[in-house]
Amino acid sequence: MTESLLQILRRQQPEATAGKVLGVLRVNGEELAVAFAPHHTLLEVLREDVGLTGTKHGCELGECGTCTVLLDGRPVLSCLALALETLGHEITTVEGLATPAGLDPLQQAFAELGAAQCGYCTPGFLLAGKALLDAEPAPSRDRIREALAGNLCRCTGYLKIYEAVELAAQRMRGSPMLREPS
Amino acid sequence: MMRLPQFRYLAPGNVDEALGWKAEAGPEAMYLAGGTDLFPNMKRRHQTPGILISLRHVPELRGVRENGAVSIGAAEILSDVAAHARVRADYPALAHAVDSISTPILRNMGTIGGNALLDTRCTYYNQDLQWRKSVDFCMKRDGTVCWVAPASPRCWAVQSSDSVPVLVAIGAEVTLVSTGGERRIPIADLYRDDGIDYLTKRPDELLKEIHLPPADGWRAAYRKLRRRGAFDFPVLGVAAWARLSGAGVVEEARVVLGGVGSHPIQAESAREILLGNRLEPDLVRAAADACARSARPLDNTDFTLSWRKEMVRVMVARTLGDLVP
Ligand SMILES: Cc1cc2nc3c(=O)[nH]c(=O)nc-3n(C[C@H](O)[C@H](O)[C@H](O)COP(=O)(O)OP(=O)(O)OC[C@H]3O[C@@H](n4cnc5c(N)ncnc54)[C@H](O)[C@@H]3O)c2cc1C
Ligand code: SF4
Ligand code: FES
Ligand code: FES
Repeated sequence: MTESLLQILRRQQPEATAGKVLGVLRVNGEELAVAFAPHHTLLEVLREDVGLTGTKHGCELGECGTCTVLLDGRPVLSCLALALETLGHEITTVEGLATPAGLDPLQQAFAELGAAQCGYCTPGFLLAGKALLDAEPAPSRDRIREALAGNLCRCTGYLKIYEAVELAAQRMRGSPMLREPS
Repeated sequence: MMRLPQFRYLAPGNVDEALGWKAEAGPEAMYLAGGTDLFPNMKRRHQTPGILISLRHVPELRGVRENGAVSIGAAEILSDVAAHARVRADYPALAHAVDSISTPILRNMGTIGGNALLDTRCTYYNQDLQWRKSVDFCMKRDGTVCWVAPASPRCWAVQSSDSVPVLVAIGAEVTLVSTGGERRIPIADLYRDDGIDYLTKRPDELLKEIHLPPADGWRAAYRKLRRRGAFDFPVLGVAAWARLSGAGVVEEARVVLGGVGSHPIQAESAREILLGNRLEPDLVRAAADACARSARPLDNTDFTLSWRKEMVRVMVARTLGDLVP
């Protein structure tokens, strides 16, 4: 993880926080004390104040899904959420998917199957896909299509993304034939 | 980054506090529910409230109350409304309409009350500040003329909510509260045929609850027309409601059109054609023709005008067909 916000705040001059609110954001299992402008969205605060730029900004109007993060496990659009209203809730960004043991099975499957081309939409798809697989370990193709209907991709044509979600789901269910290449 | 304009943020913990603060702050303040309509509008400077009163921490506005019928708290999240077992079982047309709003991610944020009060839409209005400035502003915000109908004294921006046609068709009611008290009105009376002043609700009134009528044998259906299978607002939404006798004769009926006027349009002539008859193909066609005559869309949404007009006929016929057991 990058330098904690508390550390950044300690470095900063007190006047640098003028007009900002100080709150504790719970991001990817860490508690971060962050000073941010109260009218800033979660997207702005994550990228500009916390320094987590994995969450992408596209339309910033709710029309593309690339800014998707999980709020208490549910996918939401960070461009339309006030950071202020997410205090006390658990936020998961793409940076929170991998563990010290390695990539999340979804990330692994996306990489293997070419489900990311330019990659700009990928963080959003990964998080929407993760929320789906957390709730439904064996979703049908139609369910996957529906759950990912809020994420646009201009490169892949979606097919490889659906296949990657299916492969990750099979691996997570422990199907031995589909284990990752070692 | 497209930034929100600055505002002061207030988070009342109950309805009385919300009402008190709104009364004190006056027109400068707006209620904030999911923000999925308000924030894009604020980013594009359509709406620039100096104060936002958030309804997120008001428990009285959440949840689905089940008595004989069902009442939905205005700040209930769209996903939760559509997933609610009783709503799905007894009000499938409403569940279907809510399921068709934008995308599953947006539905995790938007509320049913926000959907009922959604700002009207127009291709000359739903653009960013620079775009609107470059063609010159229209009368809905900052200008004096209507670019869709320049000779018109009024704005024709379009009612674009998916849940509203269904709620009007089934005869839902709403509770509005203010520091002055509470009133309960048919949701149909909440809307006005004006693109700017599109609600009869006073700005200080809070939408508290939406009351669905008992599901006592009537049938309802909703169909939506849009370019893509997700994201897009309805270019046309058709809700049909009817009570049929055992022999299949229409005893009561309503057909409501969304997306083709500044308010949900109740097709009175279609109702008259349907009453006392069976929903057979000829009758359905006659009712659909009548609806096509009562909808007068203007060229201010997606798709060409002539095709949209023609689709009123097609979509009404299909939706009435959905009512046949
Ligand atoms: C990309 C995109 C696509 C969309 N597609 C659709 C679609 O297909 N169909 C559709 O119907 N909508 C669509 N919407 C619009 C919107 O997301 C929904 O209508 C949503 O339900 C609005 O609810 P909200 O809680 O986010 O409202 P908010 O944005 O919080 O509020 C909307 C308005 O209602 C007022 N308000 C909210 N709650 C109350 C209350 N309880 N009392 C008094 N005033 C209140 C607010 O002050 C504001 O004026 C779309 C939006 C976007 C950004
Ligand atoms: S209908 Fe006319 S006045 Fe209304 S938003 Fe469109 S251009 Fe503006
Ligand atoms: S950046 Fe949030 S939906 Fe496009
Ligand atoms: S990989 Fe380029 S937008 Fe999806």
